[in-house]
Amino acid sequence: MADLIRGEALAQDVWTWVKLPDSGEPVRKSAGKVVLFKLTGEPAAADDVIDRCEVPATGKVLIPLSVWLRRHEALAARMAAGEIGVWLDSHEEPAELADSLGGDLNRLPLIGVNFPKFIDGRGFSVGFILRNRYGYRNEMRALGDVLRDQMFFFRRTGFDAYLLRADQKPERCIAALKDFSTPYQTSTDGNVPVFRRRIGQKVPA
Amino acid sequence: MYRYDDYDRALVIERVAQYRDQLQRNLAGELSDDEFRPLRLQNGLYIQRHAPMLRIAIPYGMLASRQLRKLADIARRYDREYGHFTTRQNLQLNWPKLEDTADILAELATVEMHAIQTSGNCIRNITTDPFAGVAPDEIVDPRPYCEVLRQWSTFHPEFAFLPRKFKIAVSGTVEDRAVTYAHDVGLQLYRDDQGEVLVRVIVGGGMGRTPILGSVIHDALPWRHLPTYLDAVLRVYNRYGRRDNAYKARIKILVKAIGAEEFARQVNEEWQLERDGIATVTDEELALAAAAFQDPDAPARPARDAGFDEKLASDRAFARWVSRCVRAHKRPGYRSVTLSLKPHGLPPGDITSAQMEAVADLADRYSFGELRVTHEQNLVLADVPLADLYALWQEARKHNLATPNIGLLTDMICCPGGDFCSLANAKSIPIAQAIQAEFDDLDYLYDIGDLELNISGCMNSCGHHHVGHIGILGVDKAGSEWYQVSIGGAQGNTTSLGDVIGPSFAADEVPGVVKKLIETYVEARTPEERFLDTVRRLGVAPFKARVYGESSKKAEVTHG
Repeated sequence: MADLIRGEALAQDVWTWVKLPDSGEPVRKSAGKVVLFKLTGEPAAADDVIDRCEVPATGKVLIPLSVWLRRHEALAARMAAGEIGVWLDSHEEPAELADSLGGDLNRLPLIGVNFPKFIDGRGFSVGFILRNRYGYRNEMRALGDVLRDQMFFFRRTGFDAYLLRADQKPERCIAALKDFSTPYQTSTDGNVPVFRRRIGQKVPA
Repeated sequence: MYRYDDYDRALVIERVAQYRDQLQRNLAGELSDDEFRPLRLQNGLYIQRHAPMLRIAIPYGMLASRQLRKLADIARRYDREYGHFTTRQNLQLNWPKLEDTADILAELATVEMHAIQTSGNCIRNITTDPFAGVAPDEIVDPRPYCEVLRQWSTFHPEFAFLPRKFKIAVSGTVEDRAVTYAHDVGLQLYRDDQGEVLVRVIVGGGMGRTPILGSVIHDALPWRHLPTYLDAVLRVYNRYGRRDNAYKARIKILVKAIGAEEFARQVNEEWQLERDGIATVTDEELALAAAAFQDPDAPARPARDAGFDEKLASDRAFARWVSRCVRAHKRPGYRSVTLSLKPHGLPPGDITSAQMEAVADLADRYSFGELRVTHEQNLVLADVPLADLYALWQEARKHNLATPNIGLLTDMICCPGGDFCSLANAKSIPIAQAIQAEFDDLDYLYDIGDLELNISGCMNSCGHHHVGHIGILGVDKAGSEWYQVSIGGAQGNTTSLGDVIGPSFAADEVPGVVKKLIETYVEARTPEERFLDTVRRLGVAPFKARVYGESSKKAEVTHG
């Protein structure tokens, strides 16, 4: 069972993470920006696969972006009740999610970002964009290959919840959030760049 | 020279602790080799053909004598008493033990060194002009900007797992000595009419399998925006660079696919998010960085020195060395000296522990305790008094560091190749040695004049063969080693990529091929022409005809 860390502590996970059913052959189609399709050739789920995705009828569900985009009208009541969270895969466009919400991501209590493989670093930029371009303030959860050696980077780019891969030891992942005391540069965390801190030191109090 | 403060020190020490833990988990079987791999790579550790290889960072090529002494000591205690300088101005140890690597990193930390981001799919060590701060043609000293960017790029939380490696070079001179057009990002610093420093941002150059010269995406970026603008460049690349095929994952492929104009537009759009934000560099911050690179407290000296002039006139060997290894300096009475790591018959760029210690002593005595590593794999003492050149030369000679071949054919760039590297298709060091043996006559070398010969053991192009006046590339054909030869490549302000002259050659044919290329040049050149100029004037054809001659049909049949 995967552990959830929220902030710096183990937390109860009340959300059900819903994934697309295994589709067999992925259909390559233009997902989001044309450039995405042309360059990365990411598989985009076919409509029938999206339609086959089973979303639990009750409780809080974290659903794929593609499911949300196709069913958001049907899910409006649950959305209003705070039962809908949406997750993006590493190649998916935050802009699509924002458009579907009239630009207000804060209508969602939870957004997930999937790291299909730990070496796929796109999610760090997706996180940065969700926080900084769209001003998303609620829970942002790292999903997938969530490993202790990435924890420091997750936190710095704006994640505040981490659904650990099942083999990870939560206490060590919590410790890894503090691998470094004062990083050099800024990011979503608003860290004051070290150069600015040095100047600050020289200014008499 | 930049010195660590408590912030830098804490980060490096914390990094060692983090790596030690990762190594222990790997050795204990808790961290799989697959998952350890990118982590160790970002600490400079490869698992190579014979042993691990550890690549130690030398930020923008600047090194203090005490650091070089520590490197000598580490090479002696943990390796086989030598190291290899690379085209990224770093130092590689070829024989460390995996279990020792955390201890080595801890020792490096004691002299403000590390191996952070010297490999892996992240922002690599930033390179620059080895004559930064002393070159007479310098417009802007690039080192403070390099240091600002070193700090910006170190453990950048968003860009630790890019599609592929990412290399940045910075130059601030009239003559570009940092190969800025062949980097993922090349930054050329210059001044506008008011003296404000601006940056020409070149993106998407690179060597490797698909050599491409970069495109300018911003011609006049005010320097203070460098971190935020580069954040935008990297973010576009991180999100849209290909990840399905390692050969197509560099930023150059993305820029090529969508066009430099469209790429620039996306970057500009992305940049607005952070523009003028907290990461914008202030004058005070830049001044703080620049304070680390003040000129040494060197006494003023007369522009001429009678003793030097006398030796120059009377000692031909010294005069030769001066003509190749000594460069002009912005201050009167000083010169910059290149110590050649290309003695004939030894692997280019290699240096023994004893030589490192000797160089450290020379740096202390003659050049204010500092030195630089060049991307051509030599060492530079940047601030040597003219009056000391003769004494320095005599000592450098004793340590086999004064081969007077800088910029000549035997001063070749050469990767470690198939003798060490597990990526290589072919050996490169024996090729370099065979060519050096073929051209061991100094008089002939001087007659040939300026010539850059670069050798890579595989398409990854660590040996910069694409921009060699003569480039040699090791290729694999049905399991045996062959060498493809190109001519007409160049670095500098007229950077160009070489043209392949034809079918490839067996190892023992290569020196003869180079000889024919040189003979063709010697016969066809005008008095003022370098090899490169003749190639540019005549094209590949006469060289090709000479090399393949009557045997060209046979060559095509046998080598395909």
